[in-house]
Formats: sequence, C-alpha cells, structure tokens
Amino acid sequence: MNMLRAFIRELIGLFVDDGWLALEILTVVVFAAMTATLISSVPLVAGAILLLGCLGVLLANVVRAGRR
Amino acid sequence: MVTWANAPAMTAAFLASLVEAVEALTIVLAVATVRGWRPAGLGALAGLISLVLIVVALGPLLDRIPLHLLQLAIGILLLLFGMRWLRKAILRSAGVIPLHDETATFATETADLCEQARRHEARLDWLAGLASFKAVLLEGLEVVFIVIALSAGRELLVPASAGALAACLLVAGVGVVVHRPLARVPENALKFVVGVMLTAFGVFWTGEGLGVDWPGADLAIVAFAVLFLAAGRAAVTLVRRPSEEVLP
Repeated sequence: MNMLRAFIRELIGLFVDDGWLALEILTVVVFAAMTATLISSVPLVAGAILLLGCLGVLLANVVRAGRR
Repeated sequence: MVTWANAPAMTAAFLASLVEAVEALTIVLAVATVRGWRPAGLGALAGLISLVLIVVALGPLLDRIPLHLLQLAIGILLLLFGMRWLRKAILRSAGVIPLHDETATFATETADLCEQARRHEARLDWLAGLASFKAVLLEGLEVVFIVIALSAGRELLVPASAGALAACLLVAGVGVVVHRPLARVPENALKFVVGVMLTAFGVFWTGEGLGVDWPGADLAIVAFAVLFLAAGRAAVTLVRRPSEEVLP
C-alpha cells in the first residue's frame, strides 16, 4: 500500500512540483476561459490572456524562487 | 514521414523521450549493478508490458472524447508539465538549484539497494525488480503522455511515436554498450528546450480548446516557442547566482 501511495505521489509530481506554479497556471486558464465565454466574438483576447498570463506566471515564479 | 508540419512534434517527442529514457536507464543500471541483469531486465520488461497494456486499454477511449475537450485537457496538462520542466531548467541554469546528476542518482539508487540488501536479503531480487519496473513505468508514462499530448487531434501520432521510439532505442543501445549512466548527456539543456516546446504546445492546445483561432495556425507554436525561449533566457540572467551559492 505504501508503494502504491508513493507511486501515485510520483505520478501527481509529474504535473505538480511547485504547488504555486500549478495554481497560478490554472488561474490563468480559468481567466482565459471566462474571457473566451464573455467575449466570444473576439476569441483572440482569451488567447492573448493565456499566452501573456503564462509568460508572466513563469517569470514571476522563477524570480520568486531566485529570491528565496 | 518527416515534413515541416510534423517536425516540431517529432523533435519534441524525441528530445523529451531522450531525457526520460536516460533517467530510466540510470535506475535500471543501478539495479543491474547491485543485483544482476535478471531482476533489472525482468523489472524493465514488466514495466514495458504494463505501458503497452495501459496504451492499448486507454488509447481507444481518447477517440470518444470531443476534440475541443481533449485539446483543452491535454493543453492544460502540457502547460503544467512543460512549465514545470522549464521552471526547473531555468533555476538550474541560473545556479539557484543544483543540476540533475545521473552519476549521483546512480550512486544513491545503488546505495539504497545495498541498504535494502542488508535488511531483506531474501526479498532483494523482488525489490530490485520492482525498482526497475517502477522506473520504466513512471518514465515511460511521461513518454506516453508527451506522445499523446503532442499528437492530440492532429494525426501526428506516428511521427511523435517515431521520435519517442528512436530516442528510447538510442538510449537503450548506448546503455547496453557503455554499461554506465549517461552522465554526459546535457540533460538540463534538453529539459530547457523540451520545456519550451511543451509549454508552446500547451498554450496552443489550451487556446484551441477554448475556441481561439490562432493567427498562422500551427506556425503559432513556433512563435510561442521563441517567446518562451526568450523569456527563459531572460529569467536565467535575472536570477543567476554564483555557483558557490547554489542551494542543496
């Protein structure tokens, strides 16, 4: 059972390493999804939010980790 | 067939699988060194068979999921996976965290197995085989995920699989010849490039899943990759630390 638990933990670890990074990425995706629904006539706005949001999240997370 | 359209997916699958295969090989070699090739080989074989069974069982289910939903789900997973790799590669390049060292991993795994040998001599072949099995299964699952993610809904399964298979065969072949962990593979540089490519694919698929019609269609992936590469390089410069300050 311990081995199974360790295996599942490692499996989740493939996608979630730094919890904040995962949370921030999901927040950007939710925000982009809301924009895509609310401004469905211009879907590129959601695309821009997604792209710039991910770039921003990456830079902010790395800078934060560098200061720790 | 390799064309300009499927080259990015094939290259990303090849490079990502190269990294995963090197990591799996290190563990399998450690098991073989401590306990011989029989448990190492059997564990690795069992891992490969399990992977094939998982793909055969779950593969057909993917066809039943609506394309937009599949693109969105895979895009989000690619973002989580790719940005995690990219973040780590940036921090390693900047000297904030130490580089991944296959020789050290090999030494740690060998020491762990020796310690287990001291405590459970009778069960060691089983434990050694299990370590080999787990390494092949976990790293293999990453390869399978990357191949499926890169080919989602675009009929790129064959080129992406070919790229992954070529990498696995290359690493297995070199491993059989040199019988040593492949410590000289520039793993962090590979992870940097793969992290950039997976993140670019992730943004593209997630956007498509949300109904975004990207300008330039598939070419947008290349533009995203250039942007994330530039951002990654800038981030390395921004947080670079002298080597003596590297955290353990």
